[in-house]
Order: sequence, then structure tokens, then C-alpha cells
Amino acid sequence: MGRPFGGIVIETLIVNVLLVLMAFAVLVLARTRNLFAVVVLSGIYSFLMATILVALDAVDVAMTEAAVGAGVSTVLLLGALHLCKSEEARPAHRPWLPLLLSLATAGLLIYGAMGLPDFADPNAPIHQHVAPRYLQNEVDVPNVVTAVLASFRGFDTLGETVVVFTAGAGIIALLRRRKHKEKGREGIAMRDDLVLLVVGKLLIPFILLFALYVQFHGDFGPGGGFQAGTIFAAGIVFYAIIFGLDKARRVVPDRLVETLLAAGVLLFIGVGVAGLLLGGNFLDYFVLDKDPIHGQHRGIFWVEAGVGITVSGVMLKIFYMFASRGQREGNEE
Amino acid sequence: MSGGVVEHFTYIVTVFLMVAGLYIVMARGNLIKKLVGLSVFQTSVYLLYVAPGKLIGGTAPILAPQYTVYSNPLPHVLILTAIVVGVATLALGLALTVRIKETYGTIEEDEITAADNAVQDAEDAHS
Repeated sequence: MGRPFGGIVIETLIVNVLLVLMAFAVLVLARTRNLFAVVVLSGIYSFLMATILVALDAVDVAMTEAAVGAGVSTVLLLGALHLCKSEEARPAHRPWLPLLLSLATAGLLIYGAMGLPDFADPNAPIHQHVAPRYLQNEVDVPNVVTAVLASFRGFDTLGETVVVFTAGAGIIALLRRRKHKEKGREGIAMRDDLVLLVVGKLLIPFILLFALYVQFHGDFGPGGGFQAGTIFAAGIVFYAIIFGLDKARRVVPDRLVETLLAAGVLLFIGVGVAGLLLGGNFLDYFVLDKDPIHGQHRGIFWVEAGVGITVSGVMLKIFYMFASRGQREGNEE
Repeated sequence: MSGGVVEHFTYIVTVFLMVAGLYIVMARGNLIKKLVGLSVFQTSVYLLYVAPGKLIGGTAPILAPQYTVYSNPLPHVLILTAIVVGVATLALGLALTVRIKETYGTIEEDEITAADNAVQDAEDAHS
């Protein structure tokens, strides 16, 4: 600890305090039987996770976790909870066997983890292999995370985008109902709440603008398609919660959402095929322009756009499916 | 190189979170609680990946002339996509839960099994 005392101690301290808070949140979460409290606790846990990711220099990941983990998943869990109206039952017997198994697993994993390099050891193998090459900025995009995501590991990202698309399609298959008449039903809305109405009206344009900023500034700062898509969807979800689902569906109709859901993946694949047609490999951006570096920028731009479109489509569609089911359920009663 | 508990504190907490998620999935019968446990398990993996990439005194991997030390960008990329896939699969699980609730009228594992057994018994009695 001879080096500048402040740096090491403060950074480690911040991370460790946040870790303890997270462990505490999970402990309470595991013991609580009130499912509403469980959902709120999992939101808090996700937010702590986002904070710790900032402390660990993973700003892009932190942004995604804050938008997805603390935002969208909490909304989805609350939606599912509303549909299931459930309180956790008391188990018939003490769960000794799971506890024993968990402790044994923990013991083994900690034993194994002790052999891993120290926290923040600059000589650890993880810092020796490919990371130095990524940091040389071959494609001239300041945000290395964006460069790796869209260019170096483009195949990986394509796969992930397809998984997100597939999950969206699966949810449509599970929750779709063939025909129902929408007879001008208002649905649940907070139209009487003046404060929410005014604040919502003021905020929503800026949320959408921020989503676009995150999308197109992703090359230079934290951001990119995954975050932007979620934030964009969150803006519309906010609108739906305040002004009612039907109004939101008039602004962003189901057809459009379903088109977006597929269009993003197709755009991504299209960029890959464009590389093929221009004489390169699949997802080879160097051939997309006379200047290879400019070609990279072009490829990254369109790939990120594809990711953003699909992610926003899927997030919105999922919310629509859950919300409209709740609405009909409520009307049947 | 090899340190003690202090140097491996992040790993230990990661393991704790992971195992807590595992325990919730195994021990709790409520399907929504199980899914929350699953997502805790999933989230702990984020730490497992991102924490080793951190360098003390480093900064986020967004290149600028005034910085020389950057944390490792590769785990960030892997986890960023994992988060979005994670919420998509969570939503799929929740959709299944909603359908189970509509079919069985409950989302407690024991009661679902009991209902299944009752149907099975009735069929056996018929044949």
C-alpha cells in the first residue's frame, strides 16, 4: 500500500460497501414472503448493481442495467404480479436440503475463487490477452465497448439480437388472443393525477430525445443500441402508464411495434450481407466504403441502429402484451 | 499474486449472491419468486465478469488523450448483451407464469403438481 493511499483504498472501499449492501438486499429478498416487497427489493438490488458497475468503470453496462434491470424488469414483474395476484405460501417443510446444497456449492466456488488473481491486479491474465489490442483503437471509435460490440464481436451481437427477437416472438405466441373487440375502453390510467400528467407531458419528449442521443452518441460516450432501445421503450411505457394503454397504442400501434421487432434483426443481417456483396466477409465493415475506417463507422452505425430498433420493439411488445392482458382480465371481472 | 479474503472480497460476495439465487430457485415454490431468484443468480454473473476487468486508477474504456489506464472493455461487451437477453428471458418466464396461473389458478409449485396428479389419477381410474 505504498502507492498513493487514496486511490486504492477509496475505490476498493466504495466497491466493497456497495457489495455488502447488495448482499443485504438479497438476504432480505430471500426471506420476504410479500411478493410486492420482493419485486421492489429486486429493483433496489438492480439499482445497486448499476451503481457498482459505474464504480467498476463499466459505464455502458451500468446504463443498461439501470434501464433494464431497475426499470423494465421491475415494470414487467409488477405486471405479472398484478395478473397472478399471488402471495407466497408457507412451505410445508423446512428447506434443509436446498440450504445444504447451496452451502456446499458456495464452499466449492469460494475455494475455487481463492485461486483467482487478486481484485484489480494489473498483471492478471484477463488484461494480457485481447484487451490491449482492442484499446489500440483500430476502428477509430473512442468508445471501445461500442467498437468491440458492433465490430470485433459483431457475430456475437447478432446472435444476442436474434435471442432477444426470439424471446419477443415467444411472448407473442404465449400471450396472444385471437380476437377481441376493443369497444373504446379506457383501461387503467392515471388521468386524474394532475401532477403526473403535467410532469409526464414535460418529461416524455426529453426521454425520447435522450434515447436518440444515447443511440447516436454511442460511438463517443457510453451508449448504443441496447441502451437506447430500452430507454425509448421506457418513454412509451411511461406514456402508457399515465395516459392509458389505448392512447399509447394509438401513438405506437401494434403493427408498427411488430414490424420494428423484425426490422432491426433484418437490418443487422442486411449489413452483414452488404459486406458479402461488396466482396468481403459476412459482417465485414471495411469494404462498406472506399476508406476502410469510414466503412467501419458506417457498419457500426447501422448495426447499432438495428439493435436499437429490435430492442425497443421487443420491450414495447412485451409491455403491451402484459398490460393488455391485465386490462381484459380486469374488465371480465 | 495469491492474496487473502480482502483481495478476493468481490468474488466471495459474487458467490454469495449466486448461491442465494440458487437457493431461492430450489427452495421456494412460488413461480414469480423463483424467477426473481433466477434473475439474482443471473445478475451475480455480471459481477463475476466485470469485477476482474477493473483496474485501480483506471477509467472507463472510452479513449481520450489525457488517460492511459483503462479497465478491460471485453467483459463489459459480454455482459451488456447478457443483460438485455436476461430481461427478454425473464419476460418469457413471466409470460409462462401468467399462462400457468390462467390454466391452474395458482402459481405455487406444490399446488400445480397436486392438480396434475389429480388429473392423472382421474385418467387412471377411467382406464
